[in-house]
Amino acid sequence: MRQQRFEQVYAPVWRRLEGLLDDLEARRRPAPSVPVQRLPRLLRQVSGHYATARARGYSPGLIARLHDLVRRGYRQLHKPRPNWPRAFLRMAVSGFPRALRRRRGLFAIACALFFGPMLAMGIGCAADPTLIYSLLDGAQVAEYEAMYDPSNTRLGRAPSRAADDDVMMFGFYVMNNVGIALRTFAWGLAAGVGSVFILAMNGLFTGGVAGHLTQLGYGAPFWSFVSGHSALELTAIAIAGTAGLLLSQAILAPGRRSRSAALRANAAESVPLVMGAVLLLVLAAVVEAFWSANAAIPPEIKYAVGIAGWILVAAYLGLAGRGIDPDDDGPDTDSLDKGPAEAKAAARGSLWT
Amino acid sequence: MPADDSSVFQIDSLRRFETPEGIEIELRLAGPVPRAGAFAIDLLIRIAIYMALTPLAGLAGVGIGLMLLALFLLEWFYPVFFELRSGATPGKRALGLTVVHADGTPVGPSASLLRNLLRTLDFLPVFYAVGLVVMLVDRDFRRLGDLAAGTLVVYRETRATVPNLARHRPIAPPIEMTPAMQQAVLAFAERSAELSAARRAELAELSGLAETVPASGGDAAGILLGIANWIARGKPNAAMPEPERQGSAPSSAAQQASGGPRA
Repeated sequence: MRQQRFEQVYAPVWRRLEGLLDDLEARRRPAPSVPVQRLPRLLRQVSGHYATARARGYSPGLIARLHDLVRRGYRQLHKPRPNWPRAFLRMAVSGFPRALRRRRGLFAIACALFFGPMLAMGIGCAADPTLIYSLLDGAQVAEYEAMYDPSNTRLGRAPSRAADDDVMMFGFYVMNNVGIALRTFAWGLAAGVGSVFILAMNGLFTGGVAGHLTQLGYGAPFWSFVSGHSALELTAIAIAGTAGLLLSQAILAPGRRSRSAALRANAAESVPLVMGAVLLLVLAAVVEAFWSANAAIPPEIKYAVGIAGWILVAAYLGLAGRGIDPDDDGPDTDSLDKGPAEAKAAARGSLWT
Repeated sequence: MPADDSSVFQIDSLRRFETPEGIEIELRLAGPVPRAGAFAIDLLIRIAIYMALTPLAGLAGVGIGLMLLALFLLEWFYPVFFELRSGATPGKRALGLTVVHADGTPVGPSASLLRNLLRTLDFLPVFYAVGLVVMLVDRDFRRLGDLAAGTLVVYRETRATVPNLARHRPIAPPIEMTPAMQQAVLAFAERSAELSAARRAELAELSGLAETVPASGGDAAGILLGIANWIARGKPNAAMPEPERQGSAPSSAAQQASGGPRA
């Protein structure tokens, strides 16, 4: 077939694909009238035409035109169009706790690296009032002492900041704590050294302050301040450490894969962990800014809420997502026995896993 | 000439990927220099956004809280937001770059988050020193974040302009033509509208094809266009409409007079 005849016969198909692509590229969410379901078939057809045109040695201009269409079609066909609310819900309800349970061994290591130094330093500082100075300088210790002085009306804040708004502290907690968590994660790529260091240092620091203040007799304001958000915040840091250790595992012990393949696989697996840690830390910041700092609430209630928080967090991480979607690793393993609408949603849903 | 370059080993920044449809897609990788430029533009935009938010500080506690939140979001999630919206941050878009998965598909949420969260490591110790070294060592200019996320930064594909094959009276090729020769002649015919008459004549004479046609009358370019039309459209017979002489073809009166022998 000569090129001219080829063009005459198939140009209508090319124009149809071109029109569809123009519609798809013009808007992020195509209008309902756009026949998106035609894209796969049109793309396959034009891909065939492109291959034919190349094999038959048609003119470079025609080949370029068809290549252009195929390239654009490929992009549109594989463009992620996430359903954000659904993806978020799925991640929070099952994706994140399940991802953590899959890696419970690394989570145990991260907890040991974080809570171990915390406990040791806490006991040490409670027994020896000078030990805290091995970690912090005098000015910092004085600042902490002032923050939790029983005569202070706003708990957990320096007296000079007493008038500051809860919203401001919320912004500060998010920036500071989530920043620490994300760094703990990213630094795992440095063969895990960074994650281990940040976990251990934060453990030492938190434990040291707690022990020192308890030993000073500031226990009531300190413990009633931290109890509310402690479950969310401390667990989240340990989870961010888990994600960092997951990255380091790909470098240190890639198993039967190449290091780069192991890194890509483990990194993808770590995303729900990191996002889960961020979620917990934002919740922790809400509690810390609007509940923990309120000195009007009696300590007994705060302790009760704190204990309830630990039980809830443990139940969430241990139980959430059990029994739903037995195979949510693959988006389409369970789509066969569902209706088309559900199958489509399932195929789009598993963004984070 | 796309016909036979697969045999040549290329040391360049072009990567080929075969799609499930059996089609080869070309990805043109972006090196450190345009990416640094894109980062600089993005940095300026981020600073501008932050400056625009400073009046919030006047609202005391609430305003400062919102500013801290904005600072946090700008630091960590500014690139994620834009990459998921349109495949590139404004800085990358300005330099014609875009972020794709290794298979050329647009970047998704998981990969975008990874490559941007690991940016903090690439940035070390100052101004992307680690990222630059990793990029220069890696064959695909990937920094650490790209390696973990499996992403590439490539030049955005430009839309191909559709050239028209200049019309001419078909002339039978005087010799047997290889596919590569046919492609060259067709490319010449498609580009002839962009070339000056002198350049056209020069290229056509270099081809050496004109001398092989007996009654060419010295119009080498016309001969080449005629051969191209023969290849693309076939012989002028009843089935094919006679090409119009006055059309887009850059041929002149001299060329029309030359005609061509029927094979």
